[in-house]
Amino acid sequence: MSKTLYDKIWQSHLINEQDDGTSLIYIDRHLVHEVTSPQAFEGLRLSNRKVNSPKRTLAVADHNVPTLDRELGIKEEDSRIQVEELDKNVEEFQIPYFNMNDTRQGIVHVIGPEQGFTQPGMTIVCGDSHTATHGAFGSLAFGIGTSEVEHVLATQTLIQKKAMNMLINITGNLDKIVTSKDLILYIIGKIGTAGGTGCVIEYSGNALRDMSMESRMTICNMSIEAGARAGMIAPDDITFNYLYEKPMAPKNEDWDKAVNWWKTLPSDSGAKFDKIVDIDATKVTQTITWGTSPEEIVSIDGTVPNPDKISDEVKQNKIKRSIEYMGLTPGQKISDVEINTVFIGSCTNSRIEDIRSAAEIIKGKKVSTSVKALVVPGSGLVKKQAEEEGLDVIFKHAGFEWREPGCSMCLAMNSDKLNEGDRCASTSNRNFEGRQGKGGRTHLVSPEIAAASAITGKLTDPRNVT
Amino acid sequence: MEKFNTFKGIAAPFNILNVDTDKIIPKQFLTTIKRTGLGKHVFDEMRYKKDGSENPNFVLNQKPYDKSNILIAGDNFGCGSSREHAPWALKDFGIKCIISTSFADIFYNNSFKNGLLPIMVTKDERDALLEDAKDKENPEIEIDLENQEIRRPNGGKIKFKIDPFRKKCLLEGLDDIGLTELHENKIKSFEESRSTKHPWL
Repeated sequence: MSKTLYDKIWQSHLINEQDDGTSLIYIDRHLVHEVTSPQAFEGLRLSNRKVNSPKRTLAVADHNVPTLDRELGIKEEDSRIQVEELDKNVEEFQIPYFNMNDTRQGIVHVIGPEQGFTQPGMTIVCGDSHTATHGAFGSLAFGIGTSEVEHVLATQTLIQKKAMNMLINITGNLDKIVTSKDLILYIIGKIGTAGGTGCVIEYSGNALRDMSMESRMTICNMSIEAGARAGMIAPDDITFNYLYEKPMAPKNEDWDKAVNWWKTLPSDSGAKFDKIVDIDATKVTQTITWGTSPEEIVSIDGTVPNPDKISDEVKQNKIKRSIEYMGLTPGQKISDVEINTVFIGSCTNSRIEDIRSAAEIIKGKKVSTSVKALVVPGSGLVKKQAEEEGLDVIFKHAGFEWREPGCSMCLAMNSDKLNEGDRCASTSNRNFEGRQGKGGRTHLVSPEIAAASAITGKLTDPRNVT
Repeated sequence: MEKFNTFKGIAAPFNILNVDTDKIIPKQFLTTIKRTGLGKHVFDEMRYKKDGSENPNFVLNQKPYDKSNILIAGDNFGCGSSREHAPWALKDFGIKCIISTSFADIFYNNSFKNGLLPIMVTKDERDALLEDAKDKENPEIEIDLENQEIRRPNGGKIKFKIDPFRKKCLLEGLDDIGLTELHENKIKSFEESRSTKHPWL
């Protein structure tokens, strides 16, 4: 019978299946960070359990770490304790770890692929919803809670039920100016934040085949913002070339064997999907969010919606609340909206390609005097690569701050946060109320739009910055 | 885990669309290394004013809802991050059951691991329960997991569906890890055959 990519990975990891479909599946890779793991390690200690497979686990501190003056340590006591707790736990349970001062340290979803820890055909989990990122390699990757983190640490398995197969089929080609961030925001706008609930999404279409791994990761990363358990893209030569000679990728004979196996993973023709959504790539424009939910999107040349035109009362109230929180007016042109902060970073858009694209626009220009702008590379290795290419100089010359890697202002657990009323063009993934700081206002954008907006001080189409 | 018994409790009307986990428990409270003590921070930004005092317009600050055990919630409750701090905070506040038309996957999953029962009903049923909850004089609803039944203040009953395995785990207070360890041999032989076939994994 024809199978989807998801079916194939699911079946090859099935250890036990009960009559009601509750299944025990094997987990190949487990990424651990400081925020969602301390209670899990504590649970292991209390029940006298060990970590089943430390070599399948990789830990890093990313959420709480400072992006400035790192050598001075973490100032905030709670955050410091949480990172110290991770230091202790990885030592006690003998888990491979990139500590805060390791060049390989970075955002958990940047370092996994970068190290070749992430590979096609694997099951990958992490106590973080953006684990969906790793699906760009044709793996089944999803976020779990702390109880499940403990479960995986103890048993290297998870109790799961199979999700539905959903296909998002992208037909036609994207306009040259349209990025993968625009595409995923457009898709979320189409299907809504619950559009993928109960599903694993596979993205397909020629537009994806031309995309780099970095762009594919941006798409899979935000699958969770459409409510999906995971997002995946079938592996191909671009995937294999990315992984070749990565430190933790298979080597020599194993590499050949692995590639042969990876080539069998894509969905068979005729495989059955429970839901299919067609997206016409030629209709996708440069897309950003105007509101406080990732589905509240607008084209960069569009306007803020008018809630009076919405008949459903609950939806109307939600839109009204978003407009009020965001300090906008119905019908306002989005390109007239002034921003005072620009954040280029996060597991969505902090990879070398993102930094290069932003630098291309910034080159030789200056950040508006009303804007505070920062670049937070996704990892120490991304930062190093960018510095070797001289990109840091371009940003610093323009007036950007060039920071150390971490989650930073995406969720503002460290000291990088918005103040009440600040408005940010952010390359991150969530625009929820207070996400980047209490009372802060977030517009989700591509690195290109973030860069252009930094120059003008308004949400700006990069083509208008010359 | 504590067993989930039939109980009667105050239901709060909470008809907000897409309540995300950042809203349930904002990030400044995620630096804890414990599971307990988050109840006072649940819905922090809606619940407290800038000066730290309670916002009287927020439903869980109003009597009798300040003692709620049940939330009657809007669609897609619990979307966003995987933080289990969300069910921990709700549970710590006293919430034992959330009734909605739909939940985000990870939140739904996390709730069961913490003895918090998420119940999915139809929109009409949810809307009827919202009306029940709005009656401040008599907002008590009974939740009977064994019989998969919600008992309304007017004596009416609403049946609900639930995965049998999850029901059993809640009713008996079972520990997932303990259950999985019963499959130890199967896990070992799976690992061995996988290592032979794909040694690089």
